[in-house]
Amino acid sequence: MSGTDKHATTADSQPTLETPDLREKIELAGVSLVGVLAAVMVGFVFLDWVRHYPYADVAFEQFLIAGAWMDVYLGTNVFRHAFMWRSIATGVLVGVVAPLVGTYLVHRQMALIGETLAHTAFAGVAIGLLFIAVTGWEGSLLVVALIVSAVGALLVQWLTERTNSFGDVPIAIMLTGSFAVGTLLISWGRGFMSIGVDIEGFLFGSLAVVTASGARMMAILSVVVVAIIAMTYKELLFITFDEQAAKVAQFNVSGYNTLLVVMTAVVVVGAMQVLGVILVAGMLVIPVAAASQVARSFRETLYLSILFGQVSILGGFAFAIGASLPSGGSIIVVAILIYLAAIGVSMLAGRSGTAISTH
Amino acid sequence: MTPVVDIQHVTFTYGEKVALDDVSLTVEEGDFLGLIGPNGSGKTTLLHVMLGLMAPDRGSVELFGQPVEKFDQGERIGYVSQQATNRGGSMPVTVRECVRMGRFAHAGRGRLSAEDREIAEDALQRVNISDLADQRINQLSGGQRQRAYIARALASEADLLALDEPTVGVDAESRDAFYQLLDELNDAGITIVLIEHDIGVVTDRANRIACINRKLYHHGDTESFVESDALSEAYGTTGTVVHHHH
Repeated sequence: MSGTDKHATTADSQPTLETPDLREKIELAGVSLVGVLAAVMVGFVFLDWVRHYPYADVAFEQFLIAGAWMDVYLGTNVFRHAFMWRSIATGVLVGVVAPLVGTYLVHRQMALIGETLAHTAFAGVAIGLLFIAVTGWEGSLLVVALIVSAVGALLVQWLTERTNSFGDVPIAIMLTGSFAVGTLLISWGRGFMSIGVDIEGFLFGSLAVVTASGARMMAILSVVVVAIIAMTYKELLFITFDEQAAKVAQFNVSGYNTLLVVMTAVVVVGAMQVLGVILVAGMLVIPVAAASQVARSFRETLYLSILFGQVSILGGFAFAIGASLPSGGSIIVVAILIYLAAIGVSMLAGRSGTAISTH
Repeated sequence: MTPVVDIQHVTFTYGEKVALDDVSLTVEEGDFLGLIGPNGSGKTTLLHVMLGLMAPDRGSVELFGQPVEKFDQGERIGYVSQQATNRGGSMPVTVRECVRMGRFAHAGRGRLSAEDREIAEDALQRVNISDLADQRINQLSGGQRQRAYIARALASEADLLALDEPTVGVDAESRDAFYQLLDELNDAGITIVLIEHDIGVVTDRANRIACINRKLYHHGDTESFVESDALSEAYGTTGTVVHHHH
C-alpha cells in the first residue's frame, strides 16, 4: 500500500502497537492464506465435479485420504467425508465473497438490501421447489433461487432509484412480501406434493443442506464475483465514497449500483446454504462493521473484513460441528464476538492517542 | 472562445414547484463565478443542472462546448458537494485514497500508474496536507477535509472547480486560508464556480456574480453587482441577507 511512499512520514505521528509495515505484512499474509485456502476449496469442488473421469477419481480419493489423516490427528470425524468438504468449501468461499461485497454495501448504507435479497431468495427456493415438482426438471433448486433473487435485485434497484425520500420503506415491504410469498407457496405446495427438502436448513443454515451442485455454484459465483470486484475496485470505491462526484466524473453510477446489487443477490443465494435466509445478511455486515472499527484505510477495511469473515466461518463451523448445532447461528455468534473485540481494540487505541472510531 | 459553461433558457421543476425559471448564464475560462441567492433559491439545483447531475425540463446546458448529456470528459471537472451529503463522514478512507480518486477517470480499467500516484502526491502537497495523507478523512477538521476534496479535484487536473458551500462548519481561520487557496488556483487559470451563503466572501473573491432566486437577478461582474439592486430584489426587502464574518 502506501507505506513506502516518499510522503508517508506520518508514521511518527500515529503511535500504533506495530509499525505500519509489519501490520500491513501480517494482513497481507493473512489475506494470501485465505486466498490459498479458497483456491484449494475451488480445486476440491472442481475435483468433485470431474471425479468420474480418469485421474480425477484418484486425486479425489487422495484428497479424502488426506482428510482421513486429518481426522486421525485431530480426533474428529469430519474431514474424511466428501459432503463435509462441500460444506467447508462453500463456507470458506462465503467467508471471502460476502465481506467483499458487504464492504461496499455497508458503506453505501445498503445493509438492509442484503437482508431483502435473502428473503427474495427464499421465495426463489419456494418457486424452485414448485417448478421442479411440477415440471420434473432436473436442474438445481439453487439455480432457480439465483434467477429469482437476481430479478428481485433489479426490482430493488429500480425501487431505490425512484423513491429517494422513503428509501427503506419499499425495501422493507419487498423484504416481508417476498418472504410471505415464499411461505405461502411452500404451504400450498405441501398440499399436493411431498417436499423432500429441508426448509429449516434454508431458514437457519445447515452443513447438511450443501449439495454437490450447490458447492459448485458457490465456487463459480465466487470466482466471478472476485474477478468483477478486482476489475471494478476503483469505480465501486469512488461511487461508494462520493456518488455525486463520481457521477460528475462521468462514471456510470446506476450501472455500477446495479452490478453491486446483482452481485449481492448472487452471493446471498450461495451463502444461504450454510447461513440460512435469516442470518445471511449478518455475514455481509458484521465482519465489515468490525473491520471499519480498526482499519485505517479502505483497502485495509477490505482485507480485515475478509480475514474476520473467514475466522467467523471457520470458528463457527468448528463450534457447530463440535456442539452439533446449526452452522448459521454459530458463524454469526463468532462474527459478533469479533465485532465486540474490534470495538474494544478501537476504544483502547482511542485512549492511547490514536483515534480510530468510525464517527 | 468556447465558454466553459453555457446555460441557455433552463427551466427546472420539482413536481409543481418551479426551482429554476428561464435561467441563462455563461462561465468563461478563468472566471471565478460566485453563485448566490437566498435559501431554497435554486443555487444547488442550478449547479447540479450545470454539471449534468439533473436534467433540465427545458433549455440546454453545454460544458466545454459539448452538450452536457453527451459530455464525456469527466476528469475536467472537480466537484465538491455540500459536506452534509458526503458519505465520507463515516467511511474508513484515507486522505490519500480520497485524492487518488481524482485519477480514477484517467486510469481507465487498470490500476493507477506510478505517474497517477505522483500527481496525487503533488496535489496533496499543493493544498498543504501531505502530512495528513495517511489519516482517515473523518479524523480531519472541516477545513482540512475540504482541502482533501480540492486536492482530489487538482489530482484530476480539472479545468473547472465547482464548489457547493464548501466552508459550512469550517472555522474562520481555515476558511480564510481555504479562500486564499481558491484565489491561487483561480490565478493559475482554473475556472471556479462557487456557491456561498456569505455574500461578503463572494464579493471579495469572485470576479463575476450570478444572483438567483428562481430567476436570474444579476449576471455580470462583481462591481456592477454591488452597485445594482439585484441583491434586495432577489432576497426581497424583508429577506435576511447573510453578510457576516464568523
